[in-house]
Amino acid sequence: MNQSPHNSWLHRFAVLTALATLTLLGIGGLVTSHGAGMAVPDWPTSYGYNMFALPFHFWKGGVFYEHSHRLVASGVGMLTMILAVWLWFSETRRWMRWLGVIALVAVVLQGVLGGLRVVWFKDQIGIIHATLAQLFFALVCAIALFTSRWWVERRPPARLNGGLEQAGSETGAPLRWLFLSTTILIFLQLIIAATMRHEHAGLAISDFPLAHGKLWPDMSDAAVERYNQQRMEVVSLKPITTFQIGLQMAHRIVAVMILIGVAACAWRGAKTQLRRLTFTWLGLILVQIALGVWTIWSNKAADVATAHVLVGAFSLVTGVLGCIICNARLAGNKTPHVVGDSQCSTIRTVSV
Amino acid sequence: MKLNQTLVVVAGLAAALQIATAGNVTGKITLKGTPPPEAPIPQAKENADCGKLLTAVPTTQHWVVSSKAELANVVVVIKGVAGAKSTGDAAAPALMDQVGCIYTPTILAVQTGQKITVKNSDPVMHNVHTRPNVAGNDEMNKAQFAKGPDLTFAFSKPEDFLKFQCDVHSWMFSWVTVVDHPYFAVTDKDGNFTIKDVPPGKYKIVATHRKAAPKGMESDIEVKADGGKADFTLEVPAK
Repeated sequence: MNQSPHNSWLHRFAVLTALATLTLLGIGGLVTSHGAGMAVPDWPTSYGYNMFALPFHFWKGGVFYEHSHRLVASGVGMLTMILAVWLWFSETRRWMRWLGVIALVAVVLQGVLGGLRVVWFKDQIGIIHATLAQLFFALVCAIALFTSRWWVERRPPARLNGGLEQAGSETGAPLRWLFLSTTILIFLQLIIAATMRHEHAGLAISDFPLAHGKLWPDMSDAAVERYNQQRMEVVSLKPITTFQIGLQMAHRIVAVMILIGVAACAWRGAKTQLRRLTFTWLGLILVQIALGVWTIWSNKAADVATAHVLVGAFSLVTGVLGCIICNARLAGNKTPHVVGDSQCSTIRTVSV
Repeated sequence: MKLNQTLVVVAGLAAALQIATAGNVTGKITLKGTPPPEAPIPQAKENADCGKLLTAVPTTQHWVVSSKAELANVVVVIKGVAGAKSTGDAAAPALMDQVGCIYTPTILAVQTGQKITVKNSDPVMHNVHTRPNVAGNDEMNKAQFAKGPDLTFAFSKPEDFLKFQCDVHSWMFSWVTVVDHPYFAVTDKDGNFTIKDVPPGKYKIVATHRKAAPKGMESDIEVKADGGKADFTLEVPAK
């Protein structure tokens, strides 16, 4: 096994990059929630200035959010570059070196997408930008996991010493597949959410638990026209469309599916070493659903909507890390009462 | 060459004759029903810069209705005038201002090609961001510094309620309807409108308010040499 010795400073730096990315996600969420994405009309300059030299008197209203986002993004770009170089020169795991390169390419692409969104006036780029942000956060968190002492010093994976076959799919496989399918659902949900947010139409459905007063909203042209006529926009919003109403209904349905998936993971994982992770995941999803409801009831208050974005990102990362841990079928099982090589396998108490 | 000159003279005379015989179309729009109360915009008053320019928390201006139920900000357009073409290139620029971090007016109508001059009377920086939905009308986003030079916009395609917005101050937005001829007007605070110099004939006249129903109320009108009259009653949409 070609395993790098644990480098605690590299791990700390990866965690720092993940935290900076989380901050960036939050500020990005505020930019969209405040409708401030176009408050700085030019890019890569800001009001004609070098981005890093924009005088403070410009930093007001929507400019504050958008410009802060650009600066923090530059910082995350720098951190990622250092992380990629550090990984390249210190890692003996070849795939880890390339993971750093992928992160670097992703952060550069993300910056360019953000800039093009401004100068090309394309909402669609905003959707891709928001989705890639979530993926990038998950990637950096994965790098932080892979550089952790816990990961580096774990016992060789069962897959490599033949333990996979011994453990069999009867115990570990269901949880592993539950993790994977639910994480994919969360990612799908984040794409739906990014599309909803970056269409800049506000709440396509402004009530909950009903939808425009019904279990399933009237989506006829006449009804959609009526919804637009009846709403009293306080901030600039695009008109609601049938597509957006359908998208929000899909968001609600997928939310229920995710809750079922995560609850099933918690149930199946209750007697495994992943118990804490699965219950944390379930807690996150419950908080996320509460924030989703609050977002509607608060008429999409910017801070609530942004918290909803952040907890969504945490939910995805938890799923991704859970998948990684589950899939690796760690052999580092330190509990003598557990039979099987996998943290994903169901516990079986041995009589001694 | 001589034939061309003759044609130009004849066309000019015909146009002059048309104006000479054209009349004004007037009317009034009233509203049936009670509109919902306007929403307050606390963030405008809370904003460090804009708050100083406002004496009270402003409200949205979706329904500007007089005590006699006369409805302002209705765009009234005559359709079907034969040979009607935009004279926007030669028309005086339409004016939109930013005062106290609010667009004034909130509803404007212009011709295709007509210039729209956007002023910034505020000691505050804004950006002017156009959000067209019709292909051929360009999305633009221009910075406008405190009491900075006027900005000029123009659109080449007809479009109903093309949005202008400020992304620095998210509550600032207004709409411009772009028409490809000169026969239109926007109702004033008393619900009145006047469409000038409409040639005699039978046409359709359409009244559109962003919130009132029906959307684009249509009626027949006959314009005579002394003009014509068309009144509309729009309604607050049923829930």
